[in-house]
Amino acid sequence: MRYDAIVIGAGMAGLAAGLRLALYGKKTLVLERHSRPGGLNSWYRAGGYHLDVGLHALTNYNPAAGRDAPLNRLLRRLRLSRAALKLAPQKESWILHYGAKLVFNNDFACLLDNAQARFPGAADGLRKLAAEARRHYMEDRFFTGESARARLPEFIAGPMLREMILMPVMFYGCAAQDDMDWGQFLIIFMSVFEEGLCRPEGGIRPIIDLLTERLAAAGGELRLRAGVHRVITSDGAATGVILDNGEVIESGAVYSSAGWVETAAMCPEMDPAGETAAGAGAMSFLETIHVLDRPAAQLGLDASIVFYNNAPRFAYRKPEAPVDLQSGVVCVAGNFGYETPPPFEQVRVTHIANPDYWMQAPDAQYHTAKDEWPVRSLAALPMDLPDFRSAIAFHDTFTPRTIKKFTGKLNGAVYGAPQKHPDGATPVPGLYVIGTDQGLLGVTGAMIGGVAVAARTALV
Amino acid sequence: MTADGIRQAIIQIISEIAPDEDLTGINPDEPLRDQVDLDSMDFLDIVMELRKRYSIEVPEKDYPQLATMSSTVGYLLPRMESL
Repeated sequence: MRYDAIVIGAGMAGLAAGLRLALYGKKTLVLERHSRPGGLNSWYRAGGYHLDVGLHALTNYNPAAGRDAPLNRLLRRLRLSRAALKLAPQKESWILHYGAKLVFNNDFACLLDNAQARFPGAADGLRKLAAEARRHYMEDRFFTGESARARLPEFIAGPMLREMILMPVMFYGCAAQDDMDWGQFLIIFMSVFEEGLCRPEGGIRPIIDLLTERLAAAGGELRLRAGVHRVITSDGAATGVILDNGEVIESGAVYSSAGWVETAAMCPEMDPAGETAAGAGAMSFLETIHVLDRPAAQLGLDASIVFYNNAPRFAYRKPEAPVDLQSGVVCVAGNFGYETPPPFEQVRVTHIANPDYWMQAPDAQYHTAKDEWPVRSLAALPMDLPDFRSAIAFHDTFTPRTIKKFTGKLNGAVYGAPQKHPDGATPVPGLYVIGTDQGLLGVTGAMIGGVAVAARTALV
Repeated sequence: MTADGIRQAIIQIISEIAPDEDLTGINPDEPLRDQVDLDSMDFLDIVMELRKRYSIEVPEKDYPQLATMSSTVGYLLPRMESL
């Protein structure tokens, strides 16, 4: 069997790229090692509940935006109707930073008013920042090589507001420690603050189901439990893959969403050393899903998402301790404007974790730590949040080791390596990277990247 | 295929490419892109679907002939009559 295109990994990037390639009329095969598609954004059953993995919120909500808005442009390329996603907008989200609080919602003016009230003069700078972000987006300048921390003072004078704006942006899509690429910062700033946050009704599963249905309808194939052992080359160009079970499948092109370093491990012709390997796998997270016995709003927990940090400077870096409890993200899945409310409340609490600890701890120590850290995490939540511990009916925790096990990501680093490859090209002709190490992050970003690489390579 | 059949086929393709667009009441003599939010990538998709579904190649020099519904049907009729 010979294909025009093989896609490694049925996550958001792989499914989007696979669908777009199939729509171009390419004979396309998407391979997924796991028994379920979705990758970093999937779902599973535990404790009798359907739980989402990965997804906090979708960015780029902005229902009033025109065709050129990122989400609308993406949906058009995939021929998906926006209505089919049943996007429920956030109510409001909070940024809690060392005693200060900012509220934002899907109306950018809310952030401007809040910031202006606390930091006089701030609104003007934030408006300029939004304009700069839009300019970068329209010019496709997603990576500039400049430091966001170095550029931000031109727009936000006060250090405290800078930390508060950086926090959600870094949490929702920064693979590097301490700082991020200016272009990437701007795109995520626009995606989160100006275009806003939402959740699909029913979580991530309806989106995965929609993508897999459309892939099949477009003539593409998806094979689960089909891990790729090796990318094969001929005269230095990718010509197919060997599966874990030894099966050889030939293809004109191979698109890998496994990650740059992870792909290099499957293809020795692609030198893994160099910039991309440096710093890869440093940023990982510990996440606990708490299922509550009642809607969180009944407990006085009204925010959709709470980003918090209890230190003067937001330390977005691999912590010394197994988990950094100084900062975190709390996502309350029920606090979005659904047409039909979810059957139960899911509150996820996410912290920066030290992947070395979680990857290397002996099993007994690992399991003890996996039980203990979620308890400590809840005890360390900011006082602004009502205590919901007595309402917890079930919880489950993902560590970097869990993420590595189910997604193959080095150290469970959900955002990949700091060095991105926006054009998807690798040193091996016919082998392209999509997903976390290609470019933009998050559900929307991964899909945009997958579609962009598919378009760039399929149309030539 | 008749002129009306071709018109239906075009509407079908556009409705799949742009599922959120309202395609009722398209004026056949007004440019499609003034009535439906289609960009150049969408346009390439229409050409590609014509090739996939009906094995019709539309060379780039002929793209201007697909500007309105009437001109599209007029252009495709001799190529699709026998289908």
